[in-house]
Parts: sequence; structure tokens; C-alpha cells
Amino acid sequence: MIPDLTCDFLNLRLHNPIILASGILGTSVDVLERVARAGAGAVTAKSCGPTPRAGHPNPVAVDWDHGLLNAIGLSNPGAEEEARMLAEARTQLKPLGVPLIASIFGGTVAEFGDVARIIAAARPHLIEVNISCPNVADEFGTPFAATCESAAAVTEAVKKNVGDIPVSVKLAPNVPNIGRIAAAVVEAGADAITAINTMPGMLIDAEAGRPALSNRTGGVSGPALKPVALRCVYEIARAVRVPIIGTGGVTTGRDAAEMLMAGATAVGVGSAVWMRGVEALGDIAAELAAFMAQEGYATPAAMRGLAL
Amino acid sequence: MHQTFTITEIRTENYRTKTLIFDKPLPGAQPGQYVMAWLPDVGEKPFSIAGGDPLALMVVAVGPFSEALHRLRVGDRVWVRGPLGQGFALHGQHHLLVGGGYGVAPLLFLARTSLAAGHTVDVCIGARTAGDVLLAEAFEKEAVSDQRSAVSHSVVVRVTTDDGSMGEKGLVTQAVETTIAAHRPDCVYACGPVPMLTALARLCQRHGLPHQFSWEAHLRCGLGICGSCELDATTRQAANIPAGWLVCKDGPVRIMNHDS
Repeated sequence: MIPDLTCDFLNLRLHNPIILASGILGTSVDVLERVARAGAGAVTAKSCGPTPRAGHPNPVAVDWDHGLLNAIGLSNPGAEEEARMLAEARTQLKPLGVPLIASIFGGTVAEFGDVARIIAAARPHLIEVNISCPNVADEFGTPFAATCESAAAVTEAVKKNVGDIPVSVKLAPNVPNIGRIAAAVVEAGADAITAINTMPGMLIDAEAGRPALSNRTGGVSGPALKPVALRCVYEIARAVRVPIIGTGGVTTGRDAAEMLMAGATAVGVGSAVWMRGVEALGDIAAELAAFMAQEGYATPAAMRGLAL
Repeated sequence: MHQTFTITEIRTENYRTKTLIFDKPLPGAQPGQYVMAWLPDVGEKPFSIAGGDPLALMVVAVGPFSEALHRLRVGDRVWVRGPLGQGFALHGQHHLLVGGGYGVAPLLFLARTSLAAGHTVDVCIGARTAGDVLLAEAFEKEAVSDQRSAVSHSVVVRVTTDDGSMGEKGLVTQAVETTIAAHRPDCVYACGPVPMLTALARLCQRHGLPHQFSWEAHLRCGLGICGSCELDATTRQAANIPAGWLVCKDGPVRIMNHDS
């Protein structure tokens, strides 16, 4: 049996369920196209906000024994410039049949609405709402993903401004009950959920007696994040019926299968690009196909939620 | 994570350049690769590896971070991530090394690696004035110390300066043409400002010469994930570099061994 990797996600048909996660590459048309050509089922651009941001000073990322810790600091060119990039990226990606996902953030509920409106004009296939960046608390305070009320308020503001473009809300792992947050954003109109963002963490250089990142804390990603992500996706899948982009620590095709079994419809891949290069996306998709052939799964959907 | 290295020697190379030599090797370091050097509470910047065993970094004082490195003394520590990126990969037996300004930094390490492999090396160095020329004597000394090792290699060093205050007056590409005419290399290795590299790329294409150039960009993560270090389209096209090429991980060295 040759497995069929085709993945139906909302109204989109993906060649395979492996999606470039936001924040990894995704900064330009050329890089998005390169990742698409490397075999991604869809690609997500880096988050953009209302105005240009340079991000944090170096060190912004360090590798450690079990993954990465990063605090890039939401570097982005601002929504207007980002919309121009996205429009061009959409055109470039069209012949490849790879959908484009935009990612947005804001400092206030109103800003989320404004950015959503500007970005919607570029007609991305899906808009991901980043309410969970752990690295800008000094400026933006507690992430909107922390409470049902703030998460729902952002979701509503975005939905009002994007017309018929579907919206996926990206949740944070560090909440007491992620299923309740998921239910709140779905109630507020979210068409899908992306879970999870990085887990807030810290590394200290013992010789220096200082945090390893200039931002002091950062987001944990890579293999260390996988069990956290699987648990979150599992709880969300039990709480709501919308499709989930399961993201966090997926490095191999087998990891991707586990994410589908936890209840995800598609699988985000980020830090694996550091470990395996841009080819990671296509390689993980091929490994997933091999695993499906070995285990007798005809489609990704056949594995979805098996572990629930 | 960063590893700590302690400075054991500081060499003054010119009026604004020092080489810091550390207490131990950087395992796996190849010429053309780079490290991120971190001073806690000051910052972190990329530096090409000037020597791998022991680790050596050449630092030009151009801003607050490099000035802070210049203030360090023997016994002080520097925190290092790396080696990072794709370095040079020796191609053939006779190598032409071309350095523009501070771009000379990784080339002495490459020359030593080449000579140790029993290969021959020619060097072209371009700078604004005599005061800016880096490592010319060091390359010449390599030739001498190599003769002592009873194997006969020559290191021909040609220097050009914009004002003619040292070597030939003009651009380094002139010296490259002269060198190629005298002894055609198997491969050209270069590091320097973008205009020099794009001119050199055209020159190598014209001569059908394999080449490996080290490109400079705004490097942040050093891990191939943040997307900050793409080259602009004009530069890419001039040098035949594909779109989406990441200087920090795919590079900094772009290997063009099969010239097209």
C-alpha cells in the first residue's frame, strides 16, 4: 500500500500535513519558496505586528542538550510591508500548490484587529493569531493566551477584520487548562487552533553567572518540547472539534505521527530546521509516509486522534 | 551553549586590529567557519575563525563590541558558540587566496591548512592604504617556515592598495589577474567586501575557475532559523547564489567548484 499524504485542513488541500511553523525562517518570499520547494505542505510566515521591530540584541538563540532556547523578539517589518511580501509570496507559491499562512501579533486587542485587516488584504490562505509569544512580556505584558477572556477578545477582533479568510489561534502551553482556552477561542469564532508556542524557559551560563540570552528568558523548542506539545494537543482535541496544527518538538516522521495521534490534523515543524536543515520538512513528510506504509495507515486522517 | 576561552596572547596586527589567541582548540573548526563571540552584558557578534588550534579571532575595532574585545587583557575570558556554518573545502592542489581589507582574517588559517596538506598557495591582499594591510608578513613567514620543513612550496604574496602606499596601486582584482597568468590555481578562495567578491565572481566565471567566497551579512541566530542573513538580490545574481540562501548556515562560504 502506498500511503496518500494529502491533508485536508479546513478548506485547504495540502500535499502533506507538514507545515513550516511561524518564527522559523518565513521572513521573505525567497525563503518561504525555498521551504515550499523542500517539501512543506504549507508554510507560515514569521509573525508581524503593527510597526517595524528590530527584535532583541544578541544572543537571541542558543542551542543546548535537548533543543533551542530563543528570544528573537518578534523582529518584523510592520504590517504594511509584510502584506506586500505576503502578496508576492502567495503568487510565487501558487504554482507549487503550497498554501501560505500569515502570522500576526499586536500589543492590544485593537491592534490585533488592525493588523488582521492589513494582512487580510494580501489574501493569505489562513491567518494565524500569535497570542502566545513568551519573549516580549516587558513591552506587552501577560500574553493574551493566558486567559479565556483575553484570548477570546483577540479572536473576535481578528475575525471581524478578515472577511472569509479562516483564522487559527496559536496557544501557549503554560496555562492551567489549555482545553478551556481552546474552547473560549472556538466560541469566539476561531476556525482552527495552532498549539503550541514555545514554552517559557531560561538557561544560565554558569561561568558568566548570567542568563544565556540578552532577553534573560526565552522560548524552549526542539525535542524537549515534544511531550509538552503532545499533552496540549491531546487536551485541546478532547475539548474542541476544530482542526489543530500540532506544533512542538517534531523532528522526525514518527514524531509527526504521534502528533496526529494526539488529535492534530496537520503538524508544525520549526526547530527541526536547525537540526536537519531546510530539507527537514520534506524529509519528515517522507518519513511519515514510510511509517504509514509500515503500519498500514492509508491517510494521515486515519491516525488522527488514535491516542485520545 | 557558549564555551569559555581564556586569552593567552594578544597580537597587534595594525592600528585598529588585534588577534586574540586563546588557551585551547575549538574542536572541529574549519577555515571559513565562524563563531559567535559573547561578552556577557556587552553583546554577541560573529567572527571568522583565524585559527582553530588554539582558537584565534581577529578583531577590528569598528564598534562598541569590538572595542570591548580590544580592551581585554591576557587572562580574560570570552564566551564562544561554534564552530558555525559552512567553511572552505580544499579543491585541487594549488590555491589562490584573496583577501580584501579585514576579509584576510580567515585566510591565514586556510593557507596553513593547505600547506599542511602539501598544497601550494598564492595570496592576493587588497587594502585602502599600507596601514590597512593585514597579515602580509604572516603569509610570507608561512612560506619561510614551510621551506624549513624540507618540502618546497612557495607562497607568493601580492599586495594592492587604493593609494599605492604599499604594493601595486589599484584593486586586488589586478593582482588576481597577474597571479592567475603566472600560475593558474585550481580554485580561488576569497573573503572581503561585497563589491570585491562580485567583481571576483565575474573574473572567475570569465576564467572558468572554481571558486569559494565567504559572504558577509547581518548574522543573528547563527543557527539557520531566524532568516536575518539573506543576501540582497543584486548580490545574489552577480555571484550566482540561489534565492533563499542563508549566509549563517548554508554559508558563509558559497562553494562553486563546478563553474557554470
